[in-house]
Amino acid sequence: MTAFWILAPVMVAAATAILFVRKAVHAALLLAVVMISLAVLYAVLEAPFLFAVQIIVYTGAIMMLFLFVLMLVGVDASDSVVETIPGQRVTAGVFGILLGVLLLIGIAQISLGTVVGLEEANSGGNIQGIANVLFSHYVFAFEVTSALLITAAMGAMVLAHRERLTPKPTQADRAAQRLRDYAETGAPLGPLPAPGVYARHNAVDTPALLPDGSPLPSSVSRVLVARGVVRSAPDLADDIDEVQRSLGVPAAGQGPAPATTEEEQP
Amino acid sequence: MSDPVPFIALSAVLFTIGAVGVLVRRNAIVVFMCVELMLNACNLALVTFAKQHGNLDGQVAAFFVMVVAAAEVVVGLAIIMTIFRTRRSASVDDASLLKY
Repeated sequence: MTAFWILAPVMVAAATAILFVRKAVHAALLLAVVMISLAVLYAVLEAPFLFAVQIIVYTGAIMMLFLFVLMLVGVDASDSVVETIPGQRVTAGVFGILLGVLLLIGIAQISLGTVVGLEEANSGGNIQGIANVLFSHYVFAFEVTSALLITAAMGAMVLAHRERLTPKPTQADRAAQRLRDYAETGAPLGPLPAPGVYARHNAVDTPALLPDGSPLPSSVSRVLVARGVVRSAPDLADDIDEVQRSLGVPAAGQGPAPATTEEEQP
Repeated sequence: MSDPVPFIALSAVLFTIGAVGVLVRRNAIVVFMCVELMLNACNLALVTFAKQHGNLDGQVAAFFVMVVAAAEVVVGLAIIMTIFRTRRSASVDDASLLKY
């Protein structure tokens, strides 16, 4: 019971937090906490097979599926906690508390009698015991389950399938399109310019500098600009003076001077 | 040795939290996670009663619930993906064509 009294508050706290976290990924991680704790409770309740299945199927497969779909769908306005129907959340909370109180009163009213325990049923091994029940009494349900799984797999394939409506552009098509764009709008024919390379920074989040010292917007990805993680190029260009100072080169010395001193130092 | 009542009570509390989550959350995927939470709560009750009665039928039932939940998640997430593709939104409030 020690495991239960440690895990039960954790599970209730994590489950409650699912109601309040804003990001769906956080909700998925909290649900994983609940599921792993449940697996431990199954072990406490003498169900080692379900302990393994809970971790493998629920935490391993189902939660990963949820996370995959979250990555595909991304974050949108539905993550906001603004309610669309006025008073919906309060009403739902009141009805939820009523349901919980109802269930708990019902549990408090009944007496469950003595616990038989699974020592006898598990005497030949838990997995063997489950197999005996599953393949004798429940064998028809087991067969129907296989049909259900096949149908689910087919359904997911049909739902996720998308027919291609236009022919796939070939390399020749892309080249022709690029030339047309060049003729009509003057878009550059070659590849996009590379990002900036600076004394202490060489990554895709920094724009290159034009000869007049202004940053070149097309040298960084639009996605990075939209996320607001692009670093300002002039700040990094200021580092040049500092690097030159640390190398013992006067800041004014430009052109070939740093190169020669660098060769002398070692 | 172990009293089953706390396990059943925990199962009821988790089921309630899942039900409230289905009502209050707007993101279809989170709503779906709350449904999974309710299924898990029921599984806990089934496993507890299996121990209470000393036979393995409850554990087999919990196993079947897991299998059906796996199939349900596959189809449900495919439906959410399809809706997202056409409406660019995973909000349950946006899929409201049948209302009008």
